[in-house]
Amino acid sequence: MTNLFNYIPKDSPVHKLTGATKLAALLLLSFASMTTFDTRFLAGITILTFIMFGVSKIRFREVKALLWFTFVFMVLNNLLIYLFEPEQGVMLYGARHEICRLFGRYTLTQEQLFYHLNVILKYLCMIPLVILFVSTTNPSEFAASLNRIGVNYKICYAVSLALRYIPDIQREYHDISISLQARGVEMTKKEKLFKRLKNIVTILFPLIITSMARIETVSNAMELRSFGKNKKRTWYEARPFLPADIAVIVVSALLLVLSISLNFVNGGRFYNPFV
Amino acid sequence: MKKEPVIQFEHFGFKYDAQIEPTLYDINLSVYPGEKILIAGPSGSGKSTLAHCINGLIPFSYYGDATGSLRLNGKETRDMSLFEISKTVGTVLQDSDAQFVGLTVAEDIAFALENDCVPHSEMLERVAEAAATVGVPSVLSHAPHELSGGQKQRVSLAGVIINDVQVLLFDEPLANLDPSTGKTAIELIDDIHRQTNAAVIIIEHRIEDVLHRDVDRIVIVNDGRIVADLPPNEILCSDVLKNCGLREPLYITALKYAGVQITPDMLPQHIEDIVLNENAKALVSDWFENTPPAEQPAKGPVMFQAEHIRFSYANGHEAIRDVSFTVHRGEIMCIIGQNGAGKSTFSKLICGFETPQEGTMLLEGTDISPLSIKERAEHIGYVMQDPNQMISKTMIREEVGLALELDGLPREEIDRIVNDTLKVCGLYPFRNWPVSALSFGQKKRVTVASILSMNPEIVILDEPTAGQDFRHYTEIMEFLLELNRKGVTIIMITHDMHLMLEYAPRAVVFTDGKILCDDTPANILTNPELVKAASLKETSLFTLAVRCGLSDPRQFVQRFIDYDRRVREK
Amino acid sequence: MNLKNKSLWKVDVKTIVAIGIGAALFFVLGRFVAIPSPVPNTTINIQYGVLAFMAACFGPIAGCLIGLIGHFLIDLSAGWGIWWSWVIASAVFGFLVGLLGNRTRLAWGQFGKKGAINFNIAQVIAHAVAWIVIAPVLDILIYSEPANKVFLQGAVAAVANIITTAIIGTLLCFAWAKLVPDKSSLKKED
Ligand SMILES: Nc1ncnc2c1ncn2[C@@H]1O[C@H](COP(=O)(O)OP(=O)(O)OP(=O)(O)O)[C@@H](O)[C@H]1O
Ligand SMILES: Nc1ncnc2c1ncn2[C@@H]1O[C@H](COP(=O)(O)OP(=O)(O)OP(=O)(O)O)[C@@H](O)[C@H]1O
Ligand SMILES: [Mg+2]
Ligand SMILES: [Mg+2]
Repeated sequence: MTNLFNYIPKDSPVHKLTGATKLAALLLLSFASMTTFDTRFLAGITILTFIMFGVSKIRFREVKALLWFTFVFMVLNNLLIYLFEPEQGVMLYGARHEICRLFGRYTLTQEQLFYHLNVILKYLCMIPLVILFVSTTNPSEFAASLNRIGVNYKICYAVSLALRYIPDIQREYHDISISLQARGVEMTKKEKLFKRLKNIVTILFPLIITSMARIETVSNAMELRSFGKNKKRTWYEARPFLPADIAVIVVSALLLVLSISLNFVNGGRFYNPFV
Repeated sequence: MKKEPVIQFEHFGFKYDAQIEPTLYDINLSVYPGEKILIAGPSGSGKSTLAHCINGLIPFSYYGDATGSLRLNGKETRDMSLFEISKTVGTVLQDSDAQFVGLTVAEDIAFALENDCVPHSEMLERVAEAAATVGVPSVLSHAPHELSGGQKQRVSLAGVIINDVQVLLFDEPLANLDPSTGKTAIELIDDIHRQTNAAVIIIEHRIEDVLHRDVDRIVIVNDGRIVADLPPNEILCSDVLKNCGLREPLYITALKYAGVQITPDMLPQHIEDIVLNENAKALVSDWFENTPPAEQPAKGPVMFQAEHIRFSYANGHEAIRDVSFTVHRGEIMCIIGQNGAGKSTFSKLICGFETPQEGTMLLEGTDISPLSIKERAEHIGYVMQDPNQMISKTMIREEVGLALELDGLPREEIDRIVNDTLKVCGLYPFRNWPVSALSFGQKKRVTVASILSMNPEIVILDEPTAGQDFRHYTEIMEFLLELNRKGVTIIMITHDMHLMLEYAPRAVVFTDGKILCDDTPANILTNPELVKAASLKETSLFTLAVRCGLSDPRQFVQRFIDYDRRVREK
Repeated sequence: MNLKNKSLWKVDVKTIVAIGIGAALFFVLGRFVAIPSPVPNTTINIQYGVLAFMAACFGPIAGCLIGLIGHFLIDLSAGWGIWWSWVIASAVFGFLVGLLGNRTRLAWGQFGKKGAINFNIAQVIAHAVAWIVIAPVLDILIYSEPANKVFLQGAVAAVANIITTAIIGTLLCFAWAKLVPDKSSLKKED
């Protein structure tokens, strides 16, 4: 579990925050950074998250894999954007300061670069946030946290169940596919697409059956231990809010408000230095 | 006992929606507070169904037609809610993995409390308390896959006793537990029974193991009917167990062979305190003297060889540490050892499901490491521990025939083989059923059948008889012997000491990833240090021999087995 | 497994467990099972076939939440940030299949030609809406990415997913339907 979500137990202020707080902050901030394209704001959030990163005592090498992956993803997406719409920035900012002409319709404009900077900033402020969340929050706390921020407890428990059974299903998929190969189900990459898909079904099917059977036994087991009896339920993993938690939530909320209001200040989602 | 029964069946019957014939007929059974009852019966006889009726899953989760009356504390269950019932009846399901719904041990134990909105502080106390009762306080923060089979069992028990119920219901608590873990499980159940004084109902095939601690009554279910409901001492004297195709404790069988008249006043319930007068002892030792030892089968040529195998799982867990051993053509051998010793892992290595980091494996002198999984499977068949993971077709016929289909055999050929295999595995009557409607034991047999249909040279069976009653167990084993006479080499991974004693001339004992010893079952089970080190269980035959003051208890065990074999071959 | 007499919108314990385990399936298949597709270095998303099946069995709410939770967890563990536009699209897909695919009959163990047609119409519509409308529009709103890029991406995803779901989902439904024993159909023969 821990390695799956890369949870790194440490003793830091960020770890001490309740899961509910971190989840709320994650959601509030991600919505904040979604609503606006104000470069200054995004830059601000980015700096903030990187500071939090420092506070959390999470070392960069501990999450190097994640970061590297993300970086590649980011570069690719930016390239795609540029290939499809080299003039996107110009359209958005309604001005055109050409730097140089590359080839065909592909020119480099200040607006385009600035737009790419914004896109990159959007990643930069989101990703450390997510990584921070997963690496400082014990998966056991997810469910309780969701419930804390107002999600129906049954749905929260569904999340908990998902986390509970992911490792089992992963191991099961492995065992099933191998035992079927042993009985002659070939799954070579050379197979035609349709055949390949059919073979996948041969493996998926036992997985589905076991999962359906599991759904049955697990729901029996849960009902036998009176799940869903009351309108609410308590959580073993729940932790009381501390002043720090309140503070974090308030700040995040304010940032969301700020980002929304910025839309009006800038008369649009964009901070436009060009006109 | 002039108390009101907690549970009272009166002319109760039940038919699943999907069935034509009822699964339970005219059940009359009363369970009184503080009683301890063992329910035994052939696989598919309706034990789990009976349990579902008691804990309310029938009619609230499984649909069907119930007749007659079933009362909990005088109240008809069909008029109660599932929650009400579960306040009275705590169930530990047949599959302790599915029962484990929490992300960690602590959360799972707390589950029922969480649902009852018990305040956090109180919850912490009661969880700690329950964990202490079942002896898992040290692993509270562990995830399910970090636990051994025995620990999981304890956790599910803790999760049930945490709100004090009047009835504790166990469906095959011993399935897949190694002998000593099983022994401790029974002791644990007994202790909790004493502490809470709840009525305890245990459904189990391993009768002798359950009888390790006293039970008040044994209820025998056969084809959906209760055929006996008597104190153990009386059941053991009658032939009802044998007639229902169940296994009586070995020492009882031995005494009967020796011609000893067993009567209730001999208190045959425990081997330790069964009363053996001089003439009984005399009879036993006479029988011993007059039973010729069978000659040990000669070893065939070496067939399979593993040398210095090492293996660690991706998570760094070193499951196999420098294991070397040989298998001879045409032999039957057992691999035994405690939960988590590495038995299943090792067989997965043999079949190429996993690849060892070090060591070589030779099949008839040729290195098999280059062979693909499929190619190996044509020589070595592996029946996995969990039947559900092997069943990839909806209908029993298709499942058993799958490998043949893929080999492109002609239809009638396939049908012939499939029918034969099904008959052998006692599944012929169900041949046109969907797999989903089978009981656990029946499913297990389907998977055995599906591998046997490929007729490999070596068959590895992981817990072939788990959840099997004695009759089907014997059928399967006799079938394996039949195969074996045809020259098929058979390796069985098992926790069933009877199985090993009766069918395997040789056994290999695993403890945490290493081979502890490699000897005849009789020698292994009569060697106290070994029994302890490998968390096995001394056989009651040995104890009997000692109690009869025989010169050579070890030989006694061996001769009993040989004799027993001859008797059953007749 | 008996899903009979369960209304489309009823959420009982079984539905909850289905959501949890469905999400786990979605996660494992989406995160760890990479089946190479004809297009180089892209993979087939088999998880949508399973999601469609689950949605058809357990209804729109289950479908929606399986998609939402499953995809959210994938993003969370993958580390590329939470790509809300696509997470939501997955949820919408699950919801629509659950809504349009008639589930009671599948759950009853009846899944004939009609069922298959219905199921596939449902999944095609759902995929189209999810990937050609929801995801791109959200991408434009949230990340103001160029329209032609996101719509093309969406279209490609939609086509690929429709094909895989048509095969995997349909086959699963047929197999599953065969599995559920009809009322009073089982009799020991000898
Ligand atoms: N959900 C179900 N629907 C239809 N038939 C069922 C169902 N569950 C069990 N049965 C049938 O009821 C019979 C009894 O099953 P049950 O599980 O009670 O047997 P059992 O005594 O527990 O066997 P085992 O010892 O193998 O667990 C079996 O023949 C099985 O086919
Ligand atoms: N896929 C896996 N990944 C990591 N560890 C595993 C895996 N499978 C098994 N193990 C660990 O390897 C050890 C040996 O497991 P194995 O299943 O071989 O034991 P076993 O002897 O078969 O036990 P049992 O008698 O309960 O079946 C156990 O500690 C188990 O937790
Ligand atoms: Mg049973
Ligand atoms: Mg094993």
